[in-house]
Amino acid sequence: MVYASSPDLPPTRRTSVKLVVAGGFGVGKTTLVEAISEIPAVNTEAWMTQAAKTVDPLAPDGGGGGDGKTTTTVAMDFGRVTLASDLVLYLFGTPGQDRFWPMWDDLCRGASGALVLVDTRRLDVSFAAVNYFENDSDVPFTVAVNLFEGRQTHPLPDIRDALQLDPAVPLTTCDARDRGSVVAALTGTLGHTLDRTAGSGAPRIRGGPAAEPVHPMTPSTR
Amino acid sequence: MTANPWVRPYVLTGGRTRGRRHLLVHTLVSGRGYDAAFAARLLPEARALYDRVHTHGESVAELSAHCGVSLGVTRVLLADLAAGDRVLIAAEHTSPYDPRVLERVIDGLRELA
Repeated sequence: MVYASSPDLPPTRRTSVKLVVAGGFGVGKTTLVEAISEIPAVNTEAWMTQAAKTVDPLAPDGGGGGDGKTTTTVAMDFGRVTLASDLVLYLFGTPGQDRFWPMWDDLCRGASGALVLVDTRRLDVSFAAVNYFENDSDVPFTVAVNLFEGRQTHPLPDIRDALQLDPAVPLTTCDARDRGSVVAALTGTLGHTLDRTAGSGAPRIRGGPAAEPVHPMTPSTR
Repeated sequence: MTANPWVRPYVLTGGRTRGRRHLLVHTLVSGRGYDAAFAARLLPEARALYDRVHTHGESVAELSAHCGVSLGVTRVLLADLAAGDRVLIAAEHTSPYDPRVLERVIDGLRELA
């Protein structure tokens, strides 16, 4: 097996970029990641162990018992696209269960953008993701309607209304099964990030350790 | 945790939930000279990560998934290995909004379409 991300090149000379793919359960996040990833979408069960202050310890699948510590199994999946010997793009799908907000914060830290997928048959399952990026995260995001049947059933302005989406947030369509369509959606997200962060208006990374200059103001070349 | 399913994760890390540095899930890690004698002294989880790092240049999340070590434990163990100059961790201080990098990503993606 050939690993395109050469281990010979020290990581100091390689750059990894992360995009987050969000949305409710069953909207096509894994399908989208698999349409473009060079590796099978890795479905990993990341264990979070932490004091039970943010995760409900009595949740049916929360585990952990009543000892004040909660160990929660959160399935997340991700894919990788090697773009050059020194440049790797990672796509991280958010956990389907919306209540794992600490995991969302963790995944979004250092992300270059987020794509929220919605299913017009079940818009409500993606409300939480839209709310999260509108209110709780500074990561620039776009929204894409996944065309499950390959065709659009509702006009985009109607969907924008139903989502109560900020006019500044781009809304597009995407066929999560189709690589070209996924590329268009992801480049749209990255283009939006470039627009949002050009000049002095670069957003800060929410939740980054204060002592670390995780986001130095880089002079914009645009 | 596949290697020690009966051990609570924080036991492996001496009770620590945060490493000396905070590794992002997509932070790249690679080896810096494999030391078999050093590897032999490591606990199974750290050993698995140390070995994998020296054969694959991968992200923290990939190392965690491939070694079957939880993300939190992986972060702490890798930070320890880096502090001892046993692995190299890519710079985390670069901006995720660097326009030169993002434009390269956009161009690279378009070539895939």
